[in-house]
Amino acid sequence: MPKNWLSALARYVFILTVALIAYAAVLLLAGKNPILAYIDTFDFTLSSWYGFSEVIVRMTPLLFTAIAVALPSRAGLINVGGEGQLYLGAWLATWGAITFTNLPASVFIPFLVLLGFIGGGVWAALAGFLRAKGYVNETITTLLMNYIAPLVVGYFVYGSWRSREPGASAFPQTAAFVQEARMPRFFQTRIHLGFFLALLILFIYWFVLEKTKWGLKIKGIGGNPEAAKRMGIEVNFYLIAVMFVAGGIAGLAGMSEVTALHGRLRAGFSPGYGFVGFLISWLAGGRPLGILAMSFVLAIVFSSGSLLQITQGVPFAAINVLMAIILFIVLMKPNLRRLMS
Amino acid sequence: MTARDKARPLVSLRKITKRFSTVLANDSVDLDLYPGEVHALLGENGAGKSTLMKILYGFYTADSGSISLDGEKIQLNSPLDARKHRIGMVFQTFTLVPAMTAAENIALYLPDLSPVLDNEKILSHLDSLAQRYQLQFNLNLAVRDLPLGDQQKVEVLKLLTAKARVLIFDEATRVLAPHEIEGLFNIFESLKKDGYAIVFITHKMREVLQCADKVSVLRRGRLVETIDCSQATESTLVKMMFGDVEPPKLEIRDKRAEKEKDVLLELKGAGTAPTAVGTQLSQIDLKLKKGEIVGIVGVSGNGQRELVDAILGFLPLTEGSKFIRSRDATSWTPKKIRSGGIGFIPEEPLQMGVVPWMNLVENTALGDLETYALYGGFGLDWPGVAAKVEESFQTLNFEPLDPHRPVRSLSGGQLQRVVLARELGRDPQVLIASYPTRGLDVHSAAATFGVFAQLRDRGGAVLLISEDLDDLFKFSDRLIVLYQGKIAGTFAPQEIDRHKIGHLMTGSQIEAAEGGG
Repeated sequence: MPKNWLSALARYVFILTVALIAYAAVLLLAGKNPILAYIDTFDFTLSSWYGFSEVIVRMTPLLFTAIAVALPSRAGLINVGGEGQLYLGAWLATWGAITFTNLPASVFIPFLVLLGFIGGGVWAALAGFLRAKGYVNETITTLLMNYIAPLVVGYFVYGSWRSREPGASAFPQTAAFVQEARMPRFFQTRIHLGFFLALLILFIYWFVLEKTKWGLKIKGIGGNPEAAKRMGIEVNFYLIAVMFVAGGIAGLAGMSEVTALHGRLRAGFSPGYGFVGFLISWLAGGRPLGILAMSFVLAIVFSSGSLLQITQGVPFAAINVLMAIILFIVLMKPNLRRLMS
Repeated sequence: MTARDKARPLVSLRKITKRFSTVLANDSVDLDLYPGEVHALLGENGAGKSTLMKILYGFYTADSGSISLDGEKIQLNSPLDARKHRIGMVFQTFTLVPAMTAAENIALYLPDLSPVLDNEKILSHLDSLAQRYQLQFNLNLAVRDLPLGDQQKVEVLKLLTAKARVLIFDEATRVLAPHEIEGLFNIFESLKKDGYAIVFITHKMREVLQCADKVSVLRRGRLVETIDCSQATESTLVKMMFGDVEPPKLEIRDKRAEKEKDVLLELKGAGTAPTAVGTQLSQIDLKLKKGEIVGIVGVSGNGQRELVDAILGFLPLTEGSKFIRSRDATSWTPKKIRSGGIGFIPEEPLQMGVVPWMNLVENTALGDLETYALYGGFGLDWPGVAAKVEESFQTLNFEPLDPHRPVRSLSGGQLQRVVLARELGRDPQVLIASYPTRGLDVHSAAATFGVFAQLRDRGGAVLLISEDLDDLFKFSDRLIVLYQGKIAGTFAPQEIDRHKIGHLMTGSQIEAAEGGG
């Protein structure tokens, strides 16, 4: 086991090193100083408690969306729809937050968590249902549904949900949530309950897959659906259920973003967390610790995006270049042992 | 054919060695193929026959050794090279486009196909070839509408139009009915007369003695001997194939107690919906009683898979009904049917029976999760599963396997044992076995049938689906012939001969079989 561990670690370090070198070349071509950029990134993220806490804040939605991709992948499903599921989770939670304004926080927060889960879950279960019953490829449906979800949110925040507060109404966003609907934050930082919820779910993900009969069934379906079917496993039910749970987890990303950080629902509030979750899950090969580590690393990358815009004049979108480079390296599946020999 | 031509081999293989990771598939094999001869390659599954011929066809490259054609050394790096040297191969699974006609399929393979097709010319050319070598059939039918025997003729015509001189047939009789096999041997005869060299890969001695001039026996990758067929008998061939280890003989037919038997599984007028790719079942009446093995005879693709799926509940019945131990099971789910005492040996264990990267214990647990779940499913009783695996291997007299190796690293025979042990460990009353010995060596196959006999003697029942008529005749108490999704007849094995069965299997007229038997 430790040997496996080491080789996995070596793999991550290798991938990231190559990616950082390639990205440095891109920065150089754009006339920026990559060394300064990397120093700035380090200074503003890892060298201070505040910077670190902001990385954790960035990491929270990434953890959720990565699990939302990793879980279905074990059942042989490719969920590209984390972004859309995130939006729908935020949307349904927002409905709860602006409708039932009189609930006490101890009831309100769990209720919003539930709504966020259901919102993302039902959205993803649609794709699962189409796959199970109609043989529509879930990669296509989840991908395309990503384009619909922000429009659903947009329809409401530009329309009936739009804030009427002075000042705030200039933007496409809802009114601010009541205090009882806001997820608590900790340590005088923006680190919020969502982070611990994500860690808990990561643990449950590991436990269910490795220890329970449901996990074994899911892996069986992923490993050989034909055999699973013939062993009496309800494959179609599991395809739908797994998509529902995965979508629900992605929904929690959206739910926790709006209730803990923004305090209201805004059009286009996600900078692509759902897609980065997909990247993380691929990088980690679905392994729980890998998801944890890669979420952290990509949270730094994300933080550097807005940071370098300010300090080095590098546009935010430039981090997409870095993430694309990482994805390409992952997809090439570098074989370290062969490279070294 | 002059004597001098006969004396010089058309193809010579010298010291061919091929290794696949740890397995030595061919070990310094020599082989000479002469024009105008049928040369049989005989051996058990895994003896290296197919590998050797795939090397000659350029599909694999040998690790060492040489190939010469007409006395000159040649290098074969791909099937294209082999085709240039006029070597052709007919594979076990045909390589035809089902939606295209036979003529189109052959045209597709022609090396010098003109940009604008001259159908008339191609057809007349094919017609003359077909007539010359007794390969006549309707060239304008879509291949999917042709019986398998005719599909094989398409493959042969393909090679002939591409001017092959060396024709390799890999297990060519596997999918053919007895009279079609005879037809194939007649084709061999006429090809021989024109100086073609024919290689016939098989594991059936009877066929070797029937059609070959020479036979080379391979065992574990080594050439045992090449002899003239005129000197060969079944017993000499057995000795060459197995060495001193004789395949175990089975005595399983006579132990049954004859009494009024309970029906364990019954289909009454069962039928399924028409499908685009499969075969529609209709009016299937089938009874599986306590203590019997019922064999389903038929050419693959005549509804065997659908029959199994219908019994196991994967394919809903659109007419008729299904009873399991006298209870109406027509609308039961697969899960309920499985827990109702039905076990299943799939036709491709690796594809349909197991999760390849999981190990033996995990695969066993997966087959019966409700039994091994702890705390309502939050844990699994792994020691319990391992003990069960050990127990079932012991009961079945199988050699134990490492329970923690991924099952994809097991051989076909070991894999079959894993599935058998898992299914029989659940104490089924009925076992549905689809092609259970396909790809197995003789010992594994014998072990499999031994298990079936055990189950039968304990009062269970086995539905045996196979394409091996020898096995079906030897081990079944009743034979049911399946043709195009319908039952074409039910017989006791002793009251029917192979030729009659063969004609029922292919839906052809009995009159063509006169003199057979």
